[in-house]
Amino acid sequence: MAKTSKTSKTSETLETSALTYEQAMTELESLVEALEGEQNPLEDSMKLFERGQSLVMHCGALLEAAQLKVQKLVGETMTAFEEESE
Amino acid sequence: MQPTLFSSVHLTVSQLTFHIRKQLENDPTLQDVWVEGEISNLSRPASGHIYFTLKDKNASLKCMMWKPDAAKLRIALQDGMAVEAHGRITVYEPQGTYQLAVNLIQPKGEGALYQEFLRLKAALEAEGLFDPERKRPIPEFPRVVGIVTSGTGAALRDMLNTLRRRLPLTKVILAPAPVQGVDAPPALVKALQSLNSQNPDVILLARGGGSIEDLWAFNDERVVRAVADSKAPIICGVGHETDFTLSDFAADLRAPTPTAAAELATRITLDDLYSQLNYQAARITDLISGLLAEQKALISAFASRMKYVSPERRIQSDTQTLDELSRRAYSALTHRIQLQARHVDGISKRLQSLNPEGILSRGYAIITRKEDGKVVTQVSQAQGEMKVRVSDGEFEVRREQ
Repeated sequence: MAKTSKTSKTSETLETSALTYEQAMTELESLVEALEGEQNPLEDSMKLFERGQSLVMHCGALLEAAQLKVQKLVGETMTAFEEESE
Repeated sequence: MQPTLFSSVHLTVSQLTFHIRKQLENDPTLQDVWVEGEISNLSRPASGHIYFTLKDKNASLKCMMWKPDAAKLRIALQDGMAVEAHGRITVYEPQGTYQLAVNLIQPKGEGALYQEFLRLKAALEAEGLFDPERKRPIPEFPRVVGIVTSGTGAALRDMLNTLRRRLPLTKVILAPAPVQGVDAPPALVKALQSLNSQNPDVILLARGGGSIEDLWAFNDERVVRAVADSKAPIICGVGHETDFTLSDFAADLRAPTPTAAAELATRITLDDLYSQLNYQAARITDLISGLLAEQKALISAFASRMKYVSPERRIQSDTQTLDELSRRAYSALTHRIQLQARHVDGISKRLQSLNPEGILSRGYAIITRKEDGKVVTQVSQAQGEMKVRVSDGEFEVRREQ
């Protein structure tokens, strides 16, 4: 219960586009649990559903656009890493 | 030369050779021995056995390797190669020669290294550095993967390709370090430490294949301790599947190759994430349609209940009652009106009968005095001008005595 209410709180405060993949997926999972768990008012469920759909879209877009980021650590400083062409 | 008093032993060549063979083959030192030397006269006939001579400055030793052992050789033998060969001394009776029947060959120096390896392994093991309880779980979905390896080797390319293919959401921090030579151990230690300050979720410590000397930095005590001390769990992928280093034992997980290390660091792949996402997407759609269907069912259940308890029937029955009452009221009223009408009719008839006009039509007349308008009902009253009213009008008359 507490978890769920926390989820719905974040969903009000954070745009899906601002979430990392893990955050979005975590929220999506607890949202699904909330949807199947409690007897929410229908309107709330619809809101959860819409939020869920936008989370799914966001996650999908992140997966689609995912590119391995490689940085090089020299001493204590981080620099861009140029891969040699093969 | 005089024969001695005690007769010497007389033997055939075969008997002597057999005796020598027995002597040599009963000497445990000769039956389990490492011999160091340089290979010469290497020959590999079609039989699959290998023949060569091991020699050093002052001596030479015939060697042979049976086909099954020869097939297991890890290194390619060459004339001039300095090696350590393990085997047992046997005698080849037809030639009257002794030889080393070799079952293992390794490059020279490897033996000493291996002894050092075993010594250090035992010491660190006794210290508890390799205890299974020390092993930490490898995160399934690392956000930041640290890599310690050569900045230029194929190992790095293999790992990056593997990570890119399996989980491109990952961020990689590379701490390059030489992986062989005297500089390698301190550089590897430093790389592990600086990498740990970046708090990666997991570190891949890797190197491509090479000879045991090439991999030796990963058996260096400093490196092994740095692996054990690492804050982030370490997957060690050094050399090939058959190579074991002490870093492998100290690491949280051993991978047979650098590529395998990258695979083990990404148990969950992009494909897994896609299917998980699709599953969740389908699930919320199912859930919401289920919820809506449930609500619809609820509504229709209510609708039928409402129908059952609805005032409609009562309204119908009341309407009927109302109609009935209204009908009764109407008929009562009509009856009354008819009665009244009849009564009025009667009264009207009676009235009609009382109408003087009726009498006039039967021949009677009303006479009034013109003077004062009084009706004349007695003869005495009949005086002067009078009006006579008959059924269709009146006329005047005058009494003249």
